[in-house]
Amino acid sequence: MMYSLFTLGGVAGVFAMILYFVAKRFHVEEDPRVAEVEAMLPGINCGACGFPGCTGLAEALVAAAEKKDISALYCPPGGADTMGAVAEYFGLAAPTSAPTVAVLRCNGSYANSPRKAEYDGPSSCAVAHKLGTSGSACTYSCLSEGDCVTACNFEAMYMDPATGLPVVIDENCTSCGACVKACPRDLFEIRLLGKGKKPRRVWIACRNRDRGAVARKNCSVACIACGKCVRTCDTIVKAISMKDNLAYIDPDICIACGKCVPECPTGAILATFPVKAKQEDSGEPVSTGS
Amino acid sequence: MSKTFPMGGIHPPDTKISATAAITPLAIPAEVAIPLGQHIGAPAGPIVKAGDKVKAGQLIGEIAGFISANIHSSVSGTVKKIDDVADPCGYPKKAVYITVEGDEWAEGIDRSTTLKKEITLDRDAIVEKIKAGGIVGMGGASFPTNVKYMIPEGKTADTLVINGVECEPYLTADHRLMLEHADEMLVGVEILRIALGVEKAVIGIEENKPDAIKLLSEKSAEYSGITVESLHMQYPQGAEKQLIKACTGREVPSGKLPIEVGCAVNNVGTAYAVYQMVQKNQPLVERVVTVTGKQVSNPSNFLVRVGTSYAACIEAAGGLPEDTGKVISGGPMMGMAVADLSIPVAKGTSGILMLSKTEARRPEVENCIRCGACVSVCPMGLEPYLIEKFARADKWDQAEQRASMDCMECGCCSYICPSGRPLLDYIRIAKGEINNRRRARASQ
Repeated sequence: MMYSLFTLGGVAGVFAMILYFVAKRFHVEEDPRVAEVEAMLPGINCGACGFPGCTGLAEALVAAAEKKDISALYCPPGGADTMGAVAEYFGLAAPTSAPTVAVLRCNGSYANSPRKAEYDGPSSCAVAHKLGTSGSACTYSCLSEGDCVTACNFEAMYMDPATGLPVVIDENCTSCGACVKACPRDLFEIRLLGKGKKPRRVWIACRNRDRGAVARKNCSVACIACGKCVRTCDTIVKAISMKDNLAYIDPDICIACGKCVPECPTGAILATFPVKAKQEDSGEPVSTGS
Repeated sequence: MSKTFPMGGIHPPDTKISATAAITPLAIPAEVAIPLGQHIGAPAGPIVKAGDKVKAGQLIGEIAGFISANIHSSVSGTVKKIDDVADPCGYPKKAVYITVEGDEWAEGIDRSTTLKKEITLDRDAIVEKIKAGGIVGMGGASFPTNVKYMIPEGKTADTLVINGVECEPYLTADHRLMLEHADEMLVGVEILRIALGVEKAVIGIEENKPDAIKLLSEKSAEYSGITVESLHMQYPQGAEKQLIKACTGREVPSGKLPIEVGCAVNNVGTAYAVYQMVQKNQPLVERVVTVTGKQVSNPSNFLVRVGTSYAACIEAAGGLPEDTGKVISGGPMMGMAVADLSIPVAKGTSGILMLSKTEARRPEVENCIRCGACVSVCPMGLEPYLIEKFARADKWDQAEQRASMDCMECGCCSYICPSGRPLLDYIRIAKGEINNRRRARASQ
């Protein structure tokens, strides 16, 4: 009895000492602030901040706070509230960033870009993109297999069965960029959400870089690179540029006046607010998006 | 037991329904669209412009890069425009559109059928001529043939392997070529043998073509270096590495080329094209295309000018059957479903296959049951189920470690899978991603 007590006690004592010295020798100094800051973050590990997860951002925030400047870091899903709390914790100025949202730059719905062939492969845009052009004759259009919806962790997206296009729910979108990465045709872009209760934003809903005639043949709402929007905007803020047969509206410059929308002969420019059609046009006011 | 490769492989039903249809020349269409990129590597640079008059066999696109090939006009007429044309996948590629006027051939091209046996050119001159003729591998991959014959320093070849296997079901283009142009083809093999500087050439033919084996065995008797090897039927025996293993017993190491084991492989179609260019000065502007399918009223083997539309070939074979579910460019195993029938026949188009809706249907996808069938049929010894998993989980490093790049996309795994899983589709994704990452690493 005594014998075993001493033996086991002795063994336990030896190991306890080894553990004690190892713990001393390899002790890692951990900043308690990291855990505290992390607790303030949303904890969804979306990666929108550019770090692998919330811990990464928390560490970066603590490191930046040492230098008294956290303005370069931002948590898009947390928004102003989270960043305000973090800034208060450090006693620094809160970084500001206008809220953003994922925007689909394609309007090649079943109606606008009639499908010419049927795709019956695995339900994956990545596979469909590799195998061919899928149904639509446009080689830049949405493949309608929903890789973006699968990639989205925030239920901010769903496929509209009527159009074959994904729809972004602005309120849920954290602009983490998962859909941007998932889309094999690079159709998503993180753009400024816009101001106001019903955020105003304008964008070119097309990525087709074919010549105008080819693009138009495959899709009725393709950008045909006529340059009307560029000329219109040049007299206002010069937010629109033309490259590779495709117009692009710079969201940082655009004031969402909507003047370019009725100018577009194919209706490739979408806006989140109703835009009055031009006099000669008898069409409905262009209004789409959320 | 006749020879074959030892690892993996399957044997899908032959269905060679056009095997008895003699090669017939297809009428020259009113307009052709000749793609400038019909081969692996850089597309050729156009040297004609709209309005130019061209003759058949005239150079219209010039080699642009080390791995690239010349493009010649397949018809005589006027260049209409240089514009996009869809490739079998549907993506736009540059092509020269020519409006056909008559059938006049460029000077120096011998269109007669007289056999020209004696080979006067030496090794370098032959390779130069193959390069000039824009000859590419006719087996499917369309790799520029002259590049195969630029043997890297320190390597020596001792055997030329000629691929007469045609292991893809339905296709009979090579089979007919061997039967009808055996003499020309054998001279072509002899030319390639000289170009490679070797004594020995082996023609591998599968047992389901006994007539071709018999004919070529008889005819090759007069060439001391050429032997015919009868091979057991097994798909994908027509793949370079499998054919070398079957014919010579040598194994090409992972990620290496056949020259590593002293071999070069060429298709019988390539040998025929080489004969046409070296002996008759005719560049590669036409090829045999099998137009077939169970519902097709007149399954045929056509001699088609490059640039002729698929629709014209299908029309000549009796038109598109009503119940067509898919039109495949190539064979059923490795071919691609085409979305547009106006696309042109290229140097690598071995067949146009029409499958009915039931034949073309993809199976319902079920869960993997870990049966290992995909592993046992993979001719490269890979683990397709695992690579698929890695690809779905974006684990590209692991996919690369599992030798995904050795996959030649033969499709045995997808064919055999009892759960109908799209294994090859995801392996292709993995290969693409690994390639991108390798390029990114190399550019760093």
